[in-house]
Amino acid sequence: MQKNNIEIRVCMGTGGIASGGAEVLDAFRREIESSGIRASVRENCSTHRVGCRGLCAKDVLVDVAIDDEKVTYQYIKPDMVSRIVKEHVLENTPVTEWTVGEEYHNFHKKQVKVVLSDCGRLDPESIDDYIAADGYEAARNVFTSWTPEQVIAEMKASGLRGRGGAGFPTGTKWELARANVNDDKYIVCNADEGDPGAFMDRAVIEGNPHSVIEGMLIGAFAIGSKKGYVYIRAEYPLAVDRLRLAIREATERGFLGKKIFGSELDFEIAVKLGAGAFVCGEETALIASIEGQRGMPRSKPPFPVNKGLWQKPTVINNVETLANIPYIMRKGATWFASYGTEKSKGTKVFALTGKIMNTGLIEVPMGITLQEIIYDIGGGIEGGKKLKAVQTGGPSGGCIPADMLDLNVDYESLAKVGSIVGSGGMIVLNEDDCMVNMAKYFIQFTQEESCGKCVPCRVGTKRLLEIMERVTTGQGKESDLELLEALSASIKVTSLCGLGQTAPNPVLSTLKYFREEFEAHIRDKKCPAKVCKELIIYSVIEDACKGCGACLRACPAGAITGEKKKPHRIDPEICIRCGACFDVCKFKSVGRD
Amino acid sequence: MVKITIDGRPIEVTESTTILQAAKLLNISIPTLCHHPKLTPFGGCRLCIVEVKGMPKPVTACTTTVSNGMEVTTYSPYLEELRKTVLELILSDHPNDCMVCEQAGSCKLQDLAYDYGIRENRYEGERRIYPNRDGNPFIERDLEKCILCGRCVKVCDEVQGVEAIDFGYRGFRSKICTNYEEDLECEFCGQCVSVCPTGALTGKQWKKKGRKGGQVEVETTCPYCGTGCNITAHVKENEILKITSKEQTWNEGWLCVKGRFGYRFVQSPERLKRPLIKRNGKFEEASWDEALDHVARRLSEIKEKHGADSIGGLSSARCTNEENYAFQKLIRAGIGTNNVDHCARL
Repeated sequence: MQKNNIEIRVCMGTGGIASGGAEVLDAFRREIESSGIRASVRENCSTHRVGCRGLCAKDVLVDVAIDDEKVTYQYIKPDMVSRIVKEHVLENTPVTEWTVGEEYHNFHKKQVKVVLSDCGRLDPESIDDYIAADGYEAARNVFTSWTPEQVIAEMKASGLRGRGGAGFPTGTKWELARANVNDDKYIVCNADEGDPGAFMDRAVIEGNPHSVIEGMLIGAFAIGSKKGYVYIRAEYPLAVDRLRLAIREATERGFLGKKIFGSELDFEIAVKLGAGAFVCGEETALIASIEGQRGMPRSKPPFPVNKGLWQKPTVINNVETLANIPYIMRKGATWFASYGTEKSKGTKVFALTGKIMNTGLIEVPMGITLQEIIYDIGGGIEGGKKLKAVQTGGPSGGCIPADMLDLNVDYESLAKVGSIVGSGGMIVLNEDDCMVNMAKYFIQFTQEESCGKCVPCRVGTKRLLEIMERVTTGQGKESDLELLEALSASIKVTSLCGLGQTAPNPVLSTLKYFREEFEAHIRDKKCPAKVCKELIIYSVIEDACKGCGACLRACPAGAITGEKKKPHRIDPEICIRCGACFDVCKFKSVGRD
Repeated sequence: MVKITIDGRPIEVTESTTILQAAKLLNISIPTLCHHPKLTPFGGCRLCIVEVKGMPKPVTACTTTVSNGMEVTTYSPYLEELRKTVLELILSDHPNDCMVCEQAGSCKLQDLAYDYGIRENRYEGERRIYPNRDGNPFIERDLEKCILCGRCVKVCDEVQGVEAIDFGYRGFRSKICTNYEEDLECEFCGQCVSVCPTGALTGKQWKKKGRKGGQVEVETTCPYCGTGCNITAHVKENEILKITSKEQTWNEGWLCVKGRFGYRFVQSPERLKRPLIKRNGKFEEASWDEALDHVARRLSEIKEKHGADSIGGLSSARCTNEENYAFQKLIRAGIGTNNVDHCARL
């Protein structure tokens, strides 16, 4: 059979590269050159680097598409490439033992990809790829035949709400900025993604930077801005490189710069690197940081749409929000609004992590149930264990207990149960996770990331953390629960910015749904999940012990004594509770209580 | 103009007025720590929270500007409980050593702790411990007493334009830092000392010289330059313990290093207190009449013998405008020469 078109796509997001994506791509290029395919089908055989397609756990993922018949391979290493080229590309027989299985397809089945639709398909380092996929068409249309008011009306009709966490309607935000008459206005892309375990914005910029630029262009047109900034964390080097390249390419093509698309309008984008402060994701702190000040929030009002960067009207949109915009303008508000619920339209990208089979990046329609996300897309809980809770919204969010699995994932439903959609972190916890410890982790995070400006956040979260430390080390008092609640309530009300106002949420929601775990730590001095090591007591079950000495050799503290072939003994005074004996014992004769 | 009510009392103010400023006009005092009327609002201490009808939660009075029809409540059991918690949190990270603190008696934090009757603290915990290491002769920085109100940072930046200090670090370890955390190296104007609400910044010169009480405040004018800042000398047993300046003065309470710290010459045993006339190569004390007569006689003799232009007068920036005016009049009209100059002319 004559092959007309051969396309090989290698996943090269951060995850793909870490798993050896660059080497795999090189191997494909070498093989194709040496096998003579290049000579026979010429430019119709192409190799591409593409962004993240979600299932990072199975990287390196490779698509081999011959005349639009696509086969996806998983866990590909460079030494596997020659066989794929020989058998699949040359002889048309896919190497089935290396292709993705059912879980890969299940992972994608219930997803709806808007923002991620071109991630994993296009080469993020090629503007031609993006243009070939109708890229910049929406912006061209807007600049040549729309009015700003029409664009704003379309955005409002789409129902798109800010994907950074707060969920403010994007069209309304633009409208407010539009209404401010000023020669200088700014549109800022907030790419300071800081929630632990979140990598949505990173994947979008690494996978399809032009969609963000196009979104900014359309936003700039709508509000009347000549200058945009992307505030991105310096810890995302690949995203920064691809973004800078994309801006350069877009400028060369005249999509950025002077007289865009033949109009009288100018727009340029500058990249500003963040220095790793979580609080700089808060918009007023972000503005201060761009201005060269220490990233500290200020009170609102005035809101940035009235007085933002350099005191000028400023719209700050999240990466995912902006990346939605070209697709909305291309396919229409009605199409977008057909996904989601009444008040939460469209899709949402989540970083699915924790004790779940399919760790990765997913995009789902708003309103999907947790059950569908965890079991249909996520493939269920790792190791067949029992689901305990799902944590959403990172350090600003809360946990949702396992018995609420039929909960719809949208702004309103999550808020109702004491959590938030947030920027899109979703951590799955199972029976081996201690909820108290989890809440302590988040409080520790917010405490360390507090900017120090206001008292409730700077000192209040420190005191919350100290109470949580008491509880997890067996020093907790009965009155601590009340104190946690009182202090949390006070911090929420009196803190200056969103960081402090939401910092107690992980504590409050675990107190609400897992109070008995707190009580076990405090009253019984026990950690039911056996995580808090100060509360664990290791002992040898004498009847089961064979006296093999494995534990004795493994113990780093010298806490175990015993003669060969006789039951050993652990001295609880010396034991440092590292669990080495428990892990090493083949006879399950080390008890953990 | 905007009409609002605070605690039920109506008032009309301009649009840019903050709730805190409007309340002050009504003589309603709202507790504050980080606020300073001459500095831009900070909103860090959170004590000035008030309730505004229609707003979902309390707002800070120092940062919120008024809007028409606003109904503000400054005191309620709910607000007082929140303020008390904030104070407890501040005090939980503050040395409990008012007994030996230089600032006791004029400390805003101490006053508030007194007002809210905070003796037991529900939130006791770790305190920040910092070594004391500044080598300069003027400013004592006790960072353990610092409540991070930011007033020193703001006065240094907004009033003095020096930017010698700023916030550093994050979370509980946040602190006010110098560049690279070296010893303080600045103009030592001491403006930061004057705005610090606690004992974190004090003057080394008045350390252990006595706290508020037993001191007489004497209003006077700084003798250092023709600017003539109004100063207050804090005097005890005829000794100046420290110099401050009040907000209501024309210099708005701001001073420089000389005015604030350079007062010890007053008590110096080397200070000239009576005129000296050199006789036979040695200075001898004389009366003012003797000295003035001597000067007048010699000036007349020199003018007679060598002409008026052989005489010149050099005046001082430490004199007032009026004194300088009188001096040039003496030289020009009295002696009859234009040879008169002033050390600050250059």
